[in-house]
Amino acid sequence: MSPEIAAPPIEKKNYLTALKDAIRLEMQRNPDMICIGEDIGLLGGAFGVTEGLQEEFGADRVIDAPISEAAIVGSAIGMALRGRTVMVEMQFIDFISCGFDQIVNNAATMAYRTAGKASVPIVIRGPSGGYGGGGPYHSQQNEAWFAHSPGLKVVCPSTPRDAYGLMVASLRDPNPVIFYEVKDLYRKREIEEEIPEDTYVPLGSASVVREGSDITIISYGNPMHMCIKVAGMLADDGVEAELIDLRTLVPLDEETIYRSVKKTGRVLVVNEASRTCGFAGEVIARINENCFEYLDAPPLRVTRADTPVPWVQPLELAVLPSVEQIYETALRIAKF
Amino acid sequence: MRRNGKGASFLSTKESKKSKSKPSASNGKPTRKELEQLVEDLRWMYRIREFEDQSMRAFRNGLAGGYLHVYTGMEAVAIGWIGEKREDDPVIAAYRDHAYPMLMGVSPYEVMCEIMGRRDGTSKGKGGSMHLYSAEKHFFGGWGIVGGHTAMGAGLAFAIKYRGEDRVALCFYGDGAANAGIVYEAMNMASLWDLPVVFLIENNQVAMGTRLEYHAADPELHKRAVGFGIEHERVDGMDVIQVRKDAARILDYVRKNQRPYVVEVMTYRFAGHGAADHDQSLYRSKEEVEQAKKRDPILLLSQYLLKHGAIEESDLEQMQKEAEKEMAEVYEKASAAPKPDPHEVYEDVYTDMQPEEGH
Ligand SMILES: Cc1ncc(C[n+]2csc(CCOP(=O)(O)OP(=O)(O)O)c2C)c(N)n1
Ligand SMILES: [Mg+2]
Repeated sequence: MSPEIAAPPIEKKNYLTALKDAIRLEMQRNPDMICIGEDIGLLGGAFGVTEGLQEEFGADRVIDAPISEAAIVGSAIGMALRGRTVMVEMQFIDFISCGFDQIVNNAATMAYRTAGKASVPIVIRGPSGGYGGGGPYHSQQNEAWFAHSPGLKVVCPSTPRDAYGLMVASLRDPNPVIFYEVKDLYRKREIEEEIPEDTYVPLGSASVVREGSDITIISYGNPMHMCIKVAGMLADDGVEAELIDLRTLVPLDEETIYRSVKKTGRVLVVNEASRTCGFAGEVIARINENCFEYLDAPPLRVTRADTPVPWVQPLELAVLPSVEQIYETALRIAKF
Repeated sequence: MRRNGKGASFLSTKESKKSKSKPSASNGKPTRKELEQLVEDLRWMYRIREFEDQSMRAFRNGLAGGYLHVYTGMEAVAIGWIGEKREDDPVIAAYRDHAYPMLMGVSPYEVMCEIMGRRDGTSKGKGGSMHLYSAEKHFFGGWGIVGGHTAMGAGLAFAIKYRGEDRVALCFYGDGAANAGIVYEAMNMASLWDLPVVFLIENNQVAMGTRLEYHAADPELHKRAVGFGIEHERVDGMDVIQVRKDAARILDYVRKNQRPYVVEVMTYRFAGHGAADHDQSLYRSKEEVEQAKKRDPILLLSQYLLKHGAIEESDLEQMQKEAEKEMAEVYEKASAAPKPDPHEVYEDVYTDMQPEEGH
C-alpha cells in the first residue's frame, strides 16, 4: 500500500456506542441471533444501547418483553436449546435477581448435566455500578453472585474497545455469559477511542494497562480508571505500579496475574462491589495459593463497604472505592 | 407480533358508567359534607401536582439523585383510595411513590428531604425518591424492583389476618408490574388463605416506553384474577368522585368477606416515565396526551364543584397559588436541610429492633 493514501479516519466511539455496534455487527453476522429485553425495541433501551436495532432487524428479532425477568431468561434458554444465540438485556443489572433461578440453576448447569450435549449461548447484559445516585436497587455490581456459579462466564469491560471486543466474543461463546456494563462510563468523553471493526477480545484474557515493577494493582470496571489515576500519583512518589484490567472474571486470566505478582511481589486488588465474598477476595486467595513465596507484603483489597448503596451522594461516595482509598492502600503495601 | 394500539379508549366516561357502585345516597345531588370533602380532594390534587413540579425542579438542579418518577395525572387514584381507606389500613406501592405517604400523613417536607437525601427524610436519605417508608403512618414503602412488593402486600394482609385485626392491605402496582410472575404467586396465596388485600393495578397504559397493548396479551389486566377465584373489575381513576365510590365499596367488600380483590384503575401519567424520559414521542403521540388531559382529575373535579356551587372560579386560582407557595417553601426548606454525615453510612445495615416493635 502506498503511504500517500491515508486510511480513512476511524471515528472515536464511546463505551455505549461500542456496545451498540458490537451487538449490531453480531446481529448482521448471525441470522440466528435474537435480542430480548424490556423497552429495547421501540424505545431503543433505557440507556440507548439497542437504539435502532428493531428498525434494522425487525420486531421478530428485537423483542420488547414484558416486565418478566424470570420468563425472559427462561425463554432465552429455551431458544438457545434450539440453536438461537440470545442477547438478553436487563434494564439495570440489579433486576437480574428476578431471573436468578433460571440463570444459576438452569443456564449455568446445562452443559454439565447434559454431559456436553446442550449449550446455552446467551449473553445477559445490563448497566451496572454506582457513582450515579441510583440508590440501593439501581447501583449494584453483583458479579460475585454469578462468578460463584460454575458454568457461567462473567465479563466486565472498562474501555470502549474492550466493551466492543468482549461483546463480540461473548455473543460468539457457546456458554451463558453475564456481561457487566459500567453505566457510569456509557457516555464518558475522556475514554472514547477508535475501534477497528474486527476488534475481538477473547474471554479470559486480562490486559496489562501499565507496566511497573513495584506493585501490581488489579481491578476491572469503573475503579480501573481510578487505579490509572493512582498509578500516576504513585509514580510521583517513585512507586511504579503495574496495572492489570481483568476484563473477564470467569474464566480468570491467572497467568497474567501471577506473572505480574511474581515480578512485583506486592499486590492490591480493587473491586466496586461489597467486600464480603467480593471478587477481590477470590483473586487474593488465588495469589496466595500460587505466588506464596514471591510475596513481599500481604495482599490487600479496596472494595465497597458492606452496606447497601445509599441514595444520597455523600453517603454513596463514602461507601464506594475512591482514588484516595486506593492510593493510600497502595502506598501502605508499597512501603511495607 | 405487534397488535395495533387501541388508543386511549378508556378516556371516555364509559368506565365509570359501567361501574358497579351505586350513585351517591343523595342521588346525584351531593351533600354539603360530601362537597367539603371534595374541595379538600381538589386541594390535595393541587398540592401533589405542585409537589411533583418541585421534585422535578430538584432533579433538574441536581438535588434529587439519579432517578425520579412523578405522579402527575394519576392523583385521583391515590386521593380516592387513601381517602376511603381507614387510617390503619397498610399501603405498599412501587417507585412512583411521592403521593401516598403525603396523603397518609407524612409531611411534604419529610418526603422532599428523602428525595433530596437529607437527614430529615423518611429514610434519612438512604432510600431516596423511590423508596419512601413510614411504618408509623402505615406506609410500607415505595419499591424500586418492579412487581416484588406485591407479595409483600399479601404478607401485610397475612399479618392482619393472623393478628385478628380489622384492616385491609392496599397494594398499588402498575400495568407493567402486572406482568411479573410473582404477582400471580401472591394472588394465589391471597385467595388460598383468604387474605384481606386489594391488588390495585394503576393502569396508566404504559410501562416506561412500552404501551399496554404491546406488553399485555390481554390488556384487561383485572381478568387475570379469574384463575384464582378472586373478585375483579376495571374502574375509572380520573374522576375522584367515582374513584371514592368504587374504593369505598371494594374496601367494604374485602373487610366484610375477608377476601382479596383485584381492581384495575384506569389512569394516565401526564409526565414522562421518569425525570429523564427524553423522548415520549417514541411511544405516544402528543394528541393522545392532550386527549387524556381532557379528563385531568383537577379539571373534572373543579368543573363538578363549580357546577354545584361549592367553589368559585377565583377559589381555583387561590388553591393553586397556595399549593405553589407551600411546595416552593418545602423545596427551599428541604434544600437547606442538613445531609447525613458520612459516618451514618454504616448505621442500620442491621437493626436491634425487636419484632414486636414493628407494626
Ligand atoms: C424487576 C424490574 N424490572 C425492570 C425495572 C425497570 N423499570 C422501572 S419502572 C418500569 C416500568 C413499570 O411500569 P408500570 O408498572 O406500568 O408503572 P408506571 O411507571 O406506569 O407507574 C420498568 C420496566 C425494574 N425497576 N424492576
Ligand atoms: Mg404503567
